[in-house]
Amino acid sequence: MKVPISIKVNGKEHQGEVEPRMLLVHYLRDFLGLTGTHIGCDTTSCGACTVLMDGDAVKSCTVFAVQADGHDVSTIESLAQDGKLHPVQEAFWNEHGLQCGFCTPGMIMASVGLLQQNPNPSVDEIRVGLEGNLCRCTGYHNIIKAVQSAAREMSGAKAEERIAVAGPAE
Amino acid sequence: MAVETETKSQTPFGQALRRREDPKFITGTGSYVDDIVLPGTAFVAILRSPHGHARIMSIDTEQARKAPGVLGVYTGKDLQEAGVAAVPCGWIVVPDMKLPNHPPLAIDKVRFQGDAVAAVVADSREGAEDALELVEVTYEPLPAVVDLEKTISEGAPRVHEEIEDNISFRWTMSGGDVDRAFREADRVIEQRLINQRLIPNAIECRGIIAQYQEATGDLTIWSSTQIPHLVRLLLTLTLNHPENHLRVISPDVGGAFGSKLYLYAEEMVVAFLAKRLPGTPIKWVPGRTEDYQSTTHGRDHVDHAAFSVMNDGTITGVRVDTVANMGAYLSLFAPGIPTILFGLMLSGAYKIPNIRCEVTGVFTNTVMVDAYRGAGRPEATYLLERMVDIVASELGLDPTEVRRRNFIGPEDFPFTTATSVIYDSGNYPAAFDKALQAIDYQGFRREQEQARAHGRYLGIGISSYVEICGMAPSQVLGATGAGAGGWESADVRVHPTGTVTVYSGSCWHGQGHDTGFAQIVAGELGIPMQNVEVVHGDTEKVQFGIGTFGSRSAAVGGIAIYKSVEKIKDKARKIAAHLLEANEDDVVYENGQAFVRGAPDQAKSLAELSLAAYLAHNYPADLEPGLEAQTFYDPSNFTWPFGTHICTVEVDRDTGKVFILRYLAVDDCGRVINPLLRDGQVHGGIAQGIAQALYEHGVYDDQGQLKTGSMADYAIPTANELPMYDTDETVTESPVNPLGVKGIGEAGTIASPPAVVNAVIDALRPFGVRHIDMPLMPEKVWQHMNQGGKA
Repeated sequence: MKVPISIKVNGKEHQGEVEPRMLLVHYLRDFLGLTGTHIGCDTTSCGACTVLMDGDAVKSCTVFAVQADGHDVSTIESLAQDGKLHPVQEAFWNEHGLQCGFCTPGMIMASVGLLQQNPNPSVDEIRVGLEGNLCRCTGYHNIIKAVQSAAREMSGAKAEERIAVAGPAE
Repeated sequence: MAVETETKSQTPFGQALRRREDPKFITGTGSYVDDIVLPGTAFVAILRSPHGHARIMSIDTEQARKAPGVLGVYTGKDLQEAGVAAVPCGWIVVPDMKLPNHPPLAIDKVRFQGDAVAAVVADSREGAEDALELVEVTYEPLPAVVDLEKTISEGAPRVHEEIEDNISFRWTMSGGDVDRAFREADRVIEQRLINQRLIPNAIECRGIIAQYQEATGDLTIWSSTQIPHLVRLLLTLTLNHPENHLRVISPDVGGAFGSKLYLYAEEMVVAFLAKRLPGTPIKWVPGRTEDYQSTTHGRDHVDHAAFSVMNDGTITGVRVDTVANMGAYLSLFAPGIPTILFGLMLSGAYKIPNIRCEVTGVFTNTVMVDAYRGAGRPEATYLLERMVDIVASELGLDPTEVRRRNFIGPEDFPFTTATSVIYDSGNYPAAFDKALQAIDYQGFRREQEQARAHGRYLGIGISSYVEICGMAPSQVLGATGAGAGGWESADVRVHPTGTVTVYSGSCWHGQGHDTGFAQIVAGELGIPMQNVEVVHGDTEKVQFGIGTFGSRSAAVGGIAIYKSVEKIKDKARKIAAHLLEANEDDVVYENGQAFVRGAPDQAKSLAELSLAAYLAHNYPADLEPGLEAQTFYDPSNFTWPFGTHICTVEVDRDTGKVFILRYLAVDDCGRVINPLLRDGQVHGGIAQGIAQALYEHGVYDDQGQLKTGSMADYAIPTANELPMYDTDETVTESPVNPLGVKGIGEAGTIASPPAVVNAVIDALRPFGVRHIDMPLMPEKVWQHMNQGGKA
């Protein structure tokens, strides 16, 4: 028996009918073709499927599609805007924060979620903040550097925004 | 989005350029097997044995066949009747090696939990999974054996009826006069060391799609593999499908670490199913538990090491007796890992004149064990570097002193070991000294002393390693019984307008070769990076290649590319000589153009020369048109990177938990193509080695149930369990190849387990602890701290 749902994904409303057992990650990948969100385990361990739901990082393998009904979901595909990378994406690239790339979308979305909650995390806070995401290639060293670098970039950008709002000082 | 930035004035070779492959990955537009959606795809679910060992009494597929959406249910008999051959093993390390039949779907018996029994194809993933539950299999469970020492003991259950002792092979290597060395030694020091079973854990599970077109006879396979050409060759041989109608594509691969280096049963099954259902794309993507149960594991040795030593710390002889677990069947390269890649590496960084090694490869009711990052070399390095520390401790010497006394000197190269391999180049004391200095060894010893006085337990562990890279030369590999060549191929095609496409037989899965190889080509041709494209991983696009494993891509694949570029430059000079009406010997190729020496103002650019080559209007009479060069490069020797890693730890007195204070790596991999990528490889390798030392262990129970059967049970470290890594280098060029490169993919994994374990044992010195087997979990460490080392 299928259930009607309505989910906002990457700013666009999607309506459909899904089986109650369908996971959000399968809805994103198989129904919407958003294959940037990956699946790496069956146990909510690896975090490759991390997306933002109402701004919070969640593992989309542990949310049923029906639970996302009426919510706002953002995936890796929504991060770059107008051909410009999000600072977290840019930082992962600059700092060589990825190798095979499979954990990367989840790792980036978890980092975006983390920086929304804590714009200037310490190294320890980054480590704890990304504890739900496994990477087998990088040893996390460059991922941590990337998150630090993105935090600097984003707080710098915010400062610039504030200056812009206040108008240039004469 | 721009590609990489590069400094104009410099050749890109050696620059820390960020990777050109990253934009797709950071935007979620990579294309791994499961991301490939072909219209009308059907899905495969594979029924697997719940038992470690059982006889199959009957398989009833009738209900499953009738389930909604099911397109077919197949068993081992169907494959047998269709003439599908056994899953192959390609490394015959001794002539009398026992190589049992491995049907891709089990027929009479299942020999490990996860052994494939039946395959269901349905029009949806869920449909296939649901129908799988309707396949009725009656098993008669049999006693299982999972432990590698128990399996060769009296009365152990037989994994294969025809192999009474569960032994596949006994491999022996001997150099020098070991018995005499042991007779004449001041001391003989022995230790039993366990190198535990590990699960490689690429974050992308394996995955396969196959599609067969009846009208053309073309069979296309997408597989998450490191070796598309070898997969094609082996599918041709096992499925009897013509090689020129078989295409294997390795799309983006989400990590592999050796675990995607074989022809797997599932590749054969899915290809077989595609031929049964022409036109329909057939997809198989396992879940993590299924992947753990069916993808090869690594390591799993018990090593008995004995060192003959003099009182001054000189090591005169090494005797090693190893039992290596092969699992239930022999995987493609499995027999070569604990023999060739382990036994021949037992000299390490040291002048040891007498070495003997005996390896017994055994069958158990567990999934197959084969190469995992480092493959044989981490086991050899762990044995040597642990033993060096134990020797130092027994003789009352500092571990640095024993290493220094035995190092092969920089003047000794090329150095032939007692294991009969020839190290190409090295300066082991230089890397060692650099590491000791960087960590401030003496300063740490003082700090350690002070801390002990306050009841805190700090330790320092050193690991000096040598590694073998660039799997080649082919004749040597052939002599060891390997069924594959060790060369690599490259085709460099200059297009009429001067842009370049490189077709590489290497097949990367995260390393960044696309960037690194482009750096070689752009540097040598003197053209911008963005004018170079690199293609790999598709047997229809790329000439036959061997693939990426064993840190071979720079030293073999990269050199194949370099040699093709040399041929291009040579031809470009010939064309330029003709156009400039000059003698060919007077024409040089520099910075992207050819000109008469001393007259660069009359230069012809690569684009001009290429256009001339394709027009062939005004052209040398004895030259073929076109500007393209192919190389199959077979090196004259392996390459031998080395280095010293040092780890410092604190062990918590109350809990036994190990905290890594600092991890420092000084690696020498010859010339470095891209330091950013080099560091990335080192970081990831160290992480996997620390994981082995402290956290990970693939465990089966006595019945053959994989207890660590999910990521919730198998302890892959998170960001919160690993340190930052300090990396440094020395550079000793390899004389084996013209770029002087060696390889860096596995060094971290090879060096780090003994560095960490040595550090912990050093910290526990006040407790009289001689050795603890990995992983050093808090409980185990605590036991040793609280029972005076007698636990």
